[in-house]
Amino acid sequence: MKSTRRTTALALAGALSLSATLAACSSDDGEGVTAAEAEEMSDEPVTIQVAIDEGLEEGAVEAINTRVDEFESEHPNVTVETQEYTWVGTTFAADLAGGTLPDVFTVPFTDGRGLIEREQIADISGLVAELPYSGEFNENVAVAGEAPDGGMWAVPIAAYGQGLHYNRSLFTEAGLDPDSPPTTWDEVRDAAATISEETGATGYAQMTASNTGGWILTTMVYAMGGRAETVDAETVTATIDTPEYHQALEYLQQMRWDDDSMGDEFLHDWGTSHADFGAGKIGMFISGGGDYGNLVTQNAMNPDDYGVTVLPLEGDDGAVLGGGTLAAVNAKATDAEQAAAVEWIDFFYMEKLTDPDAAVADARAVADQGQPVGAPILPVFDQATYDESQEWIADYINVPLEQFAPYSDNIYDQPLQPEPPASTQDLYAALDPVVQAVLTDENADVDALLADAEANVQNLIDRG
Amino acid sequence: MVHPATSVPPSGTALPDGGTPATVTPMPTVGTGTPTPRRRPRTPASWVRNGGLSTLVIALPLVLVFGLFSWYPIVRAVVMSFQHTNLVQPAEWVGLDNFTYVLADPMLATAITNTLYFAVLALIFGYPIPLVAAVLMSEVRRAKGMYSALAYLPVVVPPVVAVLLWKTFYDASESGLFNTILGWVGLGPYPWLQDPSTAMPSLVLVATWSAAGGTVIIYLAALTGVAPELYDAAEVDGAGVWRKIWHVTLPQLRGILFITFILQIIGTAQVFTEPYLLTGGGPASSTTTILLMIYNYAFGGRGDYGAATALSIMLAVVLAILSAVYFKLTAKWSD
Repeated sequence: MKSTRRTTALALAGALSLSATLAACSSDDGEGVTAAEAEEMSDEPVTIQVAIDEGLEEGAVEAINTRVDEFESEHPNVTVETQEYTWVGTTFAADLAGGTLPDVFTVPFTDGRGLIEREQIADISGLVAELPYSGEFNENVAVAGEAPDGGMWAVPIAAYGQGLHYNRSLFTEAGLDPDSPPTTWDEVRDAAATISEETGATGYAQMTASNTGGWILTTMVYAMGGRAETVDAETVTATIDTPEYHQALEYLQQMRWDDDSMGDEFLHDWGTSHADFGAGKIGMFISGGGDYGNLVTQNAMNPDDYGVTVLPLEGDDGAVLGGGTLAAVNAKATDAEQAAAVEWIDFFYMEKLTDPDAAVADARAVADQGQPVGAPILPVFDQATYDESQEWIADYINVPLEQFAPYSDNIYDQPLQPEPPASTQDLYAALDPVVQAVLTDENADVDALLADAEANVQNLIDRG
Repeated sequence: MVHPATSVPPSGTALPDGGTPATVTPMPTVGTGTPTPRRRPRTPASWVRNGGLSTLVIALPLVLVFGLFSWYPIVRAVVMSFQHTNLVQPAEWVGLDNFTYVLADPMLATAITNTLYFAVLALIFGYPIPLVAAVLMSEVRRAKGMYSALAYLPVVVPPVVAVLLWKTFYDASESGLFNTILGWVGLGPYPWLQDPSTAMPSLVLVATWSAAGGTVIIYLAALTGVAPELYDAAEVDGAGVWRKIWHVTLPQLRGILFITFILQIIGTAQVFTEPYLLTGGGPASSTTTILLMIYNYAFGGRGDYGAATALSIMLAVVLAILSAVYFKLTAKWSD
């Protein structure tokens, strides 16, 4: 029976070692620092690690190092060390659990609420409140970084509204006018069918995997006037089994099974959809309005082919789902590190939005690297501040602005709606299989799928 | 608790049952006529002289590494399965809450069904193929090494590279590699990974391809241990190829066959790489396996480490019980 024991042990060890990565970390009291306390310790020498994008070219790294030197001469007691970091859903959780995140890092809006709820980032609200522009954030943008009591735990540094990206060359090839993209959902459907028929490319592609299925489906639902959750005092209710979710799924069903205009790939995530769109295989797809940079620099898209427009909104409640990037501070940072970290966020991310010299310096550095400058995004503050900052950098703008016109002429008039507040990624994850089912099973039962999904999401929200 | 060793005098000669003097009296061996050599009392000095110290020094790194990277995480996992923790705030003890949550999760039934489906398909296709290949290869007279190398080649390819290659092969459009080849004989195009009914068999094909080589090598090694006289004897008795395989080869390999069978069951119960990289569990959860579910609990954006460890432990216990029962049932055949 020796081998029995050995194999039993082997089985145990095998299955259990899976959990090896779920290893331990220490805890923190989670109390925030006030500006007064920060003032007291402003002379203490302190070292902070700050995130810079992974895989930057040498020139870009040098530009950042110059900024680090400037910061250090302004704050003699602070030493800044850069650390390569790019937010990726799966590795972020592991980094957070393993305690390997830098002191200052960025996360998408979707993660802000959860991180704050679970106190997995530092409470810097006292320090942020002291910043001169703390009261001027666009309300819809600010909410992503705020705790339920209104304190800002994470600072919004960029925002976007979802848009419909389209390939101008495929439009032309299919006999459509790239300067007047679709403005209703019916027109989107017709254009997809035409592109698919005339060019053989995928007319319209939908992301469905790694939580993007729920993200894009909810984007469509928002535009059709629905919402994913309702918040009443402290009770959050999932509103998935609704006419708008039915409408969005039936719309996809028609494009997939009646028109056959959605191609052959139904497991697209963010990366593959952008790669295929960049490669000219996709006519239209929905994603963040600020994705131009990624498409051109990382997916080798020909800038001449790029077009983007706003999503069609329906009814009184139709709204554009918005997102963005938050700068946050590691929960394990000491009080002095937190104070220095907020100084860095102010200096590195925010100054270029509020100070003409910083804006120009930043634009010049980015343009020198051959990276796109001036692609329209949503203002973090108000429209006037944003327009002013675009004027400061006018000389460096190197993107084909006229191709953004269908988007940039209309996006600021669209009501921006933040993402579902509670368990956002869980909600998106639970909807992935629903979208996949509709696109891969001709007989998918939308009623049953949505009823199950709603129960499932409610369960996740309640677990917290 | 005081460890018994702490009350033992430094000589280390006490017996565990209460400190009786430990000088072992030599017992004459009745009937053999040769006296047993007198055993010396074990002292630290004799322990060192007999190489105890070097044994300890040699074993220490292994014990430390295992302790730190295997046993400690296992203990941590068991502890975490009874906690709610985000690894930042202090953990909260929740009793069996994680276990009841996982057991009530509607996805669990789907994941178990999918994993069983994968295991059954992998057994039907993946278990006999290496055996057949090994028996055939052992019959080959020339260039045996080349066949072994070819069979083992897929194992050498890094799993992630292999899986990403298969992803391009499985391209569901008419211009995909498999669909193009099948198109030449008028078949397809098939959706492969893009359809809930064909996704899992597609994954099994990848897993079988990548794992078969290793098992072939094991069988080939075992086949060299089969005494040629047995085949000669069978031949004299008039046995053909099939009867030789049935009456000589398979019975001689049964010990190895039992081991590879249970290892395959354990392996398939923990299938992760293929669904994670090829389908992400889709389409429509048709390839969400138990391990993928564990991964999603912990790293799918939720950070639910309690649920993840609870499910890990339940899987480990089930596999342990399965292995024990299996060996109990097959013990009498493998002797």
